[in-house]
Amino acid sequence: MTNTDWPLWEVFVRSRRGLSHTHAGSLHAPDAEFALRNARDLYTRRGEGVSIWVVPSSAITASSPDEKDPFFEPAADKPYRHPTFYEIPEGVKHL
Amino acid sequence: MATAAAHQAYGTTEDTADTGAYERAFDAAVAADERIEPRDWMPDAYRATLVRQMAQHAHSEIIGMQPEANWITRAPSLRRKAILMAKVQDEAGHGLYLYSAAETLGTSRDELLDKLHSGRQKYSSIFNYPTLTWADVGAIGWLVDGAAITNQVPLCRCSYGPYARAMVRICKEESFHQRQGYELLLALGRGTPEQHAMAQDAVNRWWWPSLMMFGPPDDESAHSAQSMTWKIKRHSNDELRQRFVDICVPQAESLGLTLPDPDLRWNEERGHYDFGPIDWTEFKEVLKGNGPCNEQRLTQRRRAHEEGAWVRESAAAYAARHTSRTDGASKPGETGATRA
Ligand SMILES: [Fe+2]
Ligand SMILES: [Fe+2]
Repeated sequence: MTNTDWPLWEVFVRSRRGLSHTHAGSLHAPDAEFALRNARDLYTRRGEGVSIWVVPSSAITASSPDEKDPFFEPAADKPYRHPTFYEIPEGVKHL
Repeated sequence: MATAAAHQAYGTTEDTADTGAYERAFDAAVAADERIEPRDWMPDAYRATLVRQMAQHAHSEIIGMQPEANWITRAPSLRRKAILMAKVQDEAGHGLYLYSAAETLGTSRDELLDKLHSGRQKYSSIFNYPTLTWADVGAIGWLVDGAAITNQVPLCRCSYGPYARAMVRICKEESFHQRQGYELLLALGRGTPEQHAMAQDAVNRWWWPSLMMFGPPDDESAHSAQSMTWKIKRHSNDELRQRFVDICVPQAESLGLTLPDPDLRWNEERGHYDFGPIDWTEFKEVLKGNGPCNEQRLTQRRRAHEEGAWVRESAAAYAARHTSRTDGASKPGETGATRA
């Protein structure tokens, strides 16, 4: 049986104008043009999108799950980045 | 390792120095109803179970295209034909969502297809029954897609993220499948006596195989308990089967059709419908390959794959040529072909 190893692509769909593209899934295609067409047929059969991005999966660099804690730690001890950190007297409006 | 590709699977147990800590993190995530994502550590058996289940599920979607596609050219109206084509196309899409999800676990698409074609991985035994009349298209939509929905809705909360997300997409699309089937049977049920009889005959033939779609009874289900612990599965086979029966009985009444089970009756005490015994010998025979269409389905699948080879090859050749041209760096020996 002949198989052809088409590369894997990640598909991002903008569901409507004003929203950002969101990851929808992945698919195989020989090149970017086919990837776009396949993505249209696979992920927008019911008008789920107004714009599609396709990215070769191999081009994505991801943070590694086992360094999750140290990697994201700098954000954990900075509660003052959140508006709820600050105490404002009752009755002060529009703040 | 600082970075890696998004889909690259995390090492297996052997590669990790401290399996215990990883295992505790995995168990805690599952217990807290968090999702496991592709690059998280997971037990080898969890990975193997998911690959088996998702592959079987993907294969079922694409093999399931065959019995219905059998009626596309003979649909009784343009409306029904357009609906059926859209439905069969959806099933192809479901297969692709699931193959992609399975690939996040480190298997390749080609490997999965090879295993289907060589009979090393299975698909749902329901698709080994023939579609004898147009009414079968209705019975499949109502009962087979209906049973699939009952099975799949809880899978939207499956512990493995990519599988759960694929199921959310699939479930949204399945409801059209079930409704078009129901509407088709309704039209036949309200038609001529011959049409009514055809609808009833289709329901008679598809009812029991649909109940078998939920798998063997709980006390004989080999993988159920572990899958429940891992939250791949959320309800037992018998529980889902009962839920399906309870849903179908009033729906059949509205269709003006009966279900072929003399033991079917409301049980006040249980708050459920009682139903007759399922012929598990038949189920096992079909699973073993002795159903009416096993041979035909696999032969057709292999042929479709082989006959599509030239399309895959020429697309790959076109892509290679196109890429080398835009890169401005054609490989030796390619220049002649490019100019040809
Ligand atoms: Fe489906
Ligand atoms: Fe379906």
